[in-house]
Amino acid sequence: MVPLMRQTLLPFAALAAGLWPCVAAAQQLSGAGATFPAPLYQRWAVEYNRQVPAIRVNYQSVGSGAGVKNFLQGVVDFGASDAAMTDAEMAKSPRGAVLVPATAGSVVLAYNLDGVPALKLTRTALAGIYLGTVKRWNDPAIAAANPDTALPDLAINVAYRSDGSGTTFVFTQHLAAISPEFDDEVGFDKSVVFPVGIGGKGNEGVTALVKQSRGTIGYVEFGYAEQNGLPVASLENKSGNFVAPTPESGAAALASVELPDNLRVWPVDPADPGAYPITTFSWLLLYQKYDDPAKRQALKDFVTYGLTEGQSYAIELGYIPLPESVVARANAALATIE
Amino acid sequence: MTTGAASADGIQGGRAHRGPDLFQWLCRAGAVASVAVLGWILWEVFQQARPALEELGLGFLTGANWQPNRDRYGVLPFLVGTTATALIALLIAFPPGLAIAIFLSEDFLPRPARQFVRFVVELLASIPSVIYGLWGIFVVIPLVQSLGTWVSERFGHIPLLSGPAYGNSLLTAGLVLALMVLPTITAISRSALVAVPQTLREGAYALGATRWEAILGVIIPTAAPGIVAATILALGRAMGETMAVAMLIGNSSRLSWSLFAPSGTLASLLANQFGEASGMQIAALMYAALVLVALTLLVNFAGEAVLRYTERRTAGIR
Repeated sequence: MVPLMRQTLLPFAALAAGLWPCVAAAQQLSGAGATFPAPLYQRWAVEYNRQVPAIRVNYQSVGSGAGVKNFLQGVVDFGASDAAMTDAEMAKSPRGAVLVPATAGSVVLAYNLDGVPALKLTRTALAGIYLGTVKRWNDPAIAAANPDTALPDLAINVAYRSDGSGTTFVFTQHLAAISPEFDDEVGFDKSVVFPVGIGGKGNEGVTALVKQSRGTIGYVEFGYAEQNGLPVASLENKSGNFVAPTPESGAAALASVELPDNLRVWPVDPADPGAYPITTFSWLLLYQKYDDPAKRQALKDFVTYGLTEGQSYAIELGYIPLPESVVARANAALATIE
Repeated sequence: MTTGAASADGIQGGRAHRGPDLFQWLCRAGAVASVAVLGWILWEVFQQARPALEELGLGFLTGANWQPNRDRYGVLPFLVGTTATALIALLIAFPPGLAIAIFLSEDFLPRPARQFVRFVVELLASIPSVIYGLWGIFVVIPLVQSLGTWVSERFGHIPLLSGPAYGNSLLTAGLVLALMVLPTITAISRSALVAVPQTLREGAYALGATRWEAILGVIIPTAAPGIVAATILALGRAMGETMAVAMLIGNSSRLSWSLFAPSGTLASLLANQFGEASGMQIAALMYAALVLVALTLLVNFAGEAVLRYTERRTAGIR
């Protein structure tokens, strides 16, 4: 055992010793927050470090809520959140807070129903499924919108996120907007109580639930459904069109809202006829003031990179590139940081 | 502390004792520190739970609604889920656990074979709980779902077995927990059974007892305190298990009688919601943590009482 340990540990020790001076010399930026954009931010960190070896960015995906907490405690250089920050939270930040939309994504409804490669869900059907009033796949509320599909007489198994999450926030916000009944009975938040279904932990948990049993439907981020090859439903938007989640339909949703001064807005029910209805921005949380000028510059450079070149990684990772107008506003917000 | 005293004696045998006994002080500091840390944790949790304790009071324990977005917090569904999963696990794990322990402590098999079986059972304890969770997802859930559908279609009129049957359910969590606590029951019961003096066994056989009579009439009663201790430890582990349960139980806060319905436990509730909680929800979660600690303490006290009772009952045999 001992020789084996020596053999395995030695290279690590050598590696650690070799890395040490280089770590000390680099400008370290640490961030924490939302899990949803984590793959993209981590990709930015790797690619940016390749261009500018002196700057190392370490992003921990701890969840939006924890990201806001860490940001307010001042233990990170930047935070990230799918639910942005409330005014009350922003007021608590000792060094001010700037919200910068950095990426965007869609929440999709993935389902497991062999023989049904495409599914259209009306607004009433979607709300009904998550309220427990639409119980079977051949319910008239679903069948009416899918006349050419043979829907099985099978119970709908509803899956939701059991952990608090920005995904739930965005999804329930949309449902509450399109169905007064849902707003009344469930409401919207990062964790709510649905009257039906089972909860999976994280996007991967819900994806697993959907994959596992026939007849299950669940809401996940677009990237997860795509990676796992799950079919996703086309949803009825405000104009009455059934729209599938694509980068284009997501971008249409993002472009349909006017960004306010604090850049905090959700396209809760976009009016654009080609918009996918459940789409959200994800924000980086930056302080208004940074005491260390080197750190401030490094952070600005990194975020600028993410807003420009970094957007090109969005599609392959399942995100929506930000529209030009949003990037311009984000850059303007970035410029106000002292 | 006893080890400290014993080693001190050993040292004295070799060399003259000079100055304060450093080893004893170290042991004492260690003992005090562990109690202090426990106290500190409880105090901290209590402090954070205070807003919820003041606002919700005892209604927290009897409320059946957990709706953070409406600031309604009732922990009853999770209390029921915690107790039910732990009891299911124990009911399923205890008989085979004790049977394995007996099998391994008697000479049914040659020693190397026994050692091997023992090693394998104890290996179960070292598997990380997330692996149990994954195994549960891929093996137990499909099983419970098909079995549950079959059973609930026939015996659905019994509330305990009513449908619709979900894969992620109370029963699934209980089954996987049973496997997780099995090595605890086996290992500790086995030590207790092995510690039964050889003379007692020989005495029983000499009086003409069969092996069956010797095991049931002499060996198990003598080892009873150890077996009770094993059961309590197993119950504690089952109530506190977080990851595997969160992956399997379906994380629902609706109360249901059915074994095939999704449910939730206190530990899985904390794991699920703490990361994104804010304001009153944090206080309510801390309150739930206090309840979980209290529940575990209660089990330990009850166990201690049963232990004392069995020790007294079986004192005559030893």
